[in-house]
Amino acid sequence: MSDDNHVLAANGLQVYFRVKVGGKRANVRAVDGVTLGLERGVSTGVVGESGSGKTTLGKALMKLVKPTAGSVLFKGKDVSKLSRSEFKKYRRSVQMVFQDPFDSIDPLFTVHDAVAEGLRILGVYSDRAELDQAVYRALETVRLVPAEDYAKRRITSLSGGQRQRVGVARAIAMNPEVVILDEPVSMLDASVKGEIINVMGQLKSVGKTFMMITHDISTVRFFTERVAVMYLGKVVEVGPTDEVVNEPLHPYTQALVAAVPVPDPSQKVKSLAQGEIPNAIAPPPGCRFHPRCPLAQEICRREEPLLREVRPGRYAACHFAQ
Amino acid sequence: MLVSQTRAIGVEGLNVEFYTPRGALRAVNDVSFEVYEGESLGIVGESGSGKTTLASAIIRVLPSNARSWGRVTVYGKDLGSMSESQLNREVRWRVISYVPQASQNALDPLYRVGDQFVETVRAHTDMSEKQVLEKASELLKHVGVDPSKLNSYPWELSGGQKQRVMIALALLLSPKIVILDEPTTAMDTIIQAQILEMFRQLKQFERLTTIFISHDISVIANVADRVGVMYAGRLVEIGPVEDVFGRPLHPYTQGLLRSVPDIRRKDGSFGYIPGSPPDLVNPPSGCPFHPRCSYAVEICRKLMPPMELYAKDHYAACHVISSRKDLGLG
Ligand SMILES: Nc1ncnc2c1ncn2[C@@H]1O[C@H](COP(=O)(O)OP(=O)(O)O)[C@@H](O)[C@H]1O
Ligand SMILES: Nc1ncnc2c1ncn2[C@@H]1O[C@H](COP(=O)(O)OP(=O)(O)O)[C@@H](O)[C@H]1O
Ligand code: SF4
Ligand code: SF4
Ligand SMILES: [Mg+2]
Ligand SMILES: [Mg+2]
Repeated sequence: MSDDNHVLAANGLQVYFRVKVGGKRANVRAVDGVTLGLERGVSTGVVGESGSGKTTLGKALMKLVKPTAGSVLFKGKDVSKLSRSEFKKYRRSVQMVFQDPFDSIDPLFTVHDAVAEGLRILGVYSDRAELDQAVYRALETVRLVPAEDYAKRRITSLSGGQRQRVGVARAIAMNPEVVILDEPVSMLDASVKGEIINVMGQLKSVGKTFMMITHDISTVRFFTERVAVMYLGKVVEVGPTDEVVNEPLHPYTQALVAAVPVPDPSQKVKSLAQGEIPNAIAPPPGCRFHPRCPLAQEICRREEPLLREVRPGRYAACHFAQ
Repeated sequence: MLVSQTRAIGVEGLNVEFYTPRGALRAVNDVSFEVYEGESLGIVGESGSGKTTLASAIIRVLPSNARSWGRVTVYGKDLGSMSESQLNREVRWRVISYVPQASQNALDPLYRVGDQFVETVRAHTDMSEKQVLEKASELLKHVGVDPSKLNSYPWELSGGQKQRVMIALALLLSPKIVILDEPTTAMDTIIQAQILEMFRQLKQFERLTTIFISHDISVIANVADRVGVMYAGRLVEIGPVEDVFGRPLHPYTQGLLRSVPDIRRKDGSFGYIPGSPPDLVNPPSGCPFHPRCSYAVEICRKLMPPMELYAKDHYAACHVISSRKDLGLG
């Protein structure tokens, strides 16, 4: 599932973290063999419970963490083998917006400082006026207007929703091709979420490729055309978002969808999976979901199901999916 | 639904003010409502709207920089007239239990789960240690935790298990009323669904009266019989959950419902309310929602609208409701 159409792709990607547990060395298998491509101009959602490896996958695609095995391909080329100038291009073209982008910010930092930071590091503009214009353009895109006024404000004086928009502006200022959003609205109150989603929706229409990482399937349903479902470091289902949500094929996706509450008292959530996500140090053998799966059989404890095309364009990693 | 006409909780004109370096902050502003025996009242509102402060004021565990006035009654008894020790002996844990926000993180890491049960209720009961542990293991079964976990330390439990333990702990002295503040917030959806399902079963079994607080409308839709909507310290709408979410009357409730992502829908645009909630040290005059409200008229800037009845059991506080034709009222 990795071809020329993909601006950015993970190819058999593994990211293990070395940790010590009770004095012994162990590996946290955060991402454990993921192949997933981002098609140009298409928005892809990555969903799954916390601990399933979504953020680590995003960071690996940004080359912020080193793969243990496998590779990251930017326009078909392995990013660890890019020339200096190609690498600079990749750095600029792939941007990530973190969950709380200004969590530990210097209190003196202004909006201008934050938005200009990346451009400065890569030396994109040599001229101060040009840099200012780029900053203002980005702020206007996320509707922080008048941009000149917002640029002067301290980050710490902004509301949560405004900060998140500065986070998006900072990525957009680089004029990237791909934007990876990590839980972009999870921390925000309901009444302001929509404004940010709409701002990003407009960037979709100008051809940016988005990857939206979140545990909130309702937002993914709204924002993305394709979705990948992760569980304990593996992709267990991929397909068009509408189809996956309407008729999930993998029992884990089925449990995720049934658990999503809706604002209608006549429809209650159902809990289809028991227990909680196990530790990524020693994932269960066979199918990693088997201890929680309502449909598990003997074979699931022994044999790992591979991601296969169950129906045209629909992939699932379950022995019994059809 | 097993709702009786017995009033379990009455709140009348409740106010809470915090002293802050910037001045007085009115976190709860003239709030009144009732909770009937056997029902679950949901309280929904965005962060900072005063939900936690309201809960702490009811059970009288406000921080020291707060002062409150108004009346809270429990089965007709005025809590304001009780001393702290009387509240501890007669009310807290025995009649009302409170599961505070993020309380699962407050379990003492040095004590086994069983010891926490014993310690917590020591001041409130004559039960022996053995009796407490027997009751605790029975309750843990009801909330879906293996009773052997009484011998575990908190760090050996997952987040979901700890929250279930907190709920079992709240039920230990068989209270009639439980107040739960954001009990599923920050949980993954699958775990949240497990807790919500457990909670529904528990309610049927124990015939509890509950106040269930959440910022998440969809969570409230899963657990509440009636719902109150808070904005800037005020209760702005209250009524049966089907009516408030199905035919909302207040412009804020309407805006909030349009902003909720709904997995069943993929259409139009994602709604939002422009602006952000007001600063409660310097709140807007009149209706606190007026700077964000598209229906606002002159009077809204001057006068706080009173809570009025518009349909069976369905109240809202807004000046324009009776003149709005789109609401299909009478
Ligand atoms: N720097 C790190 N060191 C050790 N373990 C880590 C590190 N980062 C993430 N992990 C672990 O990797 C797994 C996946 O984490 P993460 O990618 O953050 O998942 P998600 O974003 O889906 O919640 C988790 O078990 C997490 O604890
Ligand atoms: N101890 C306190 N001192 C000063 N202000 C407080 C204190 N606790 C809460 N507040 C303020 O009171 C308001 C209501 O807060 P809270 O009741 O926690 O709202 P919610 O639970 O709806 O998020 C907020 O403006 C909050 O900042
Ligand atoms: S392979 Fe087995 S355990 Fe895994 S999801 Fe399918 S049925 Fe469940
Ligand atoms: S009273 Fe006025 S400002 Fe307040 S909600 Fe109603 S119309 Fe809007
Ligand atoms: Mg994450
Ligand atoms: Mg709160």
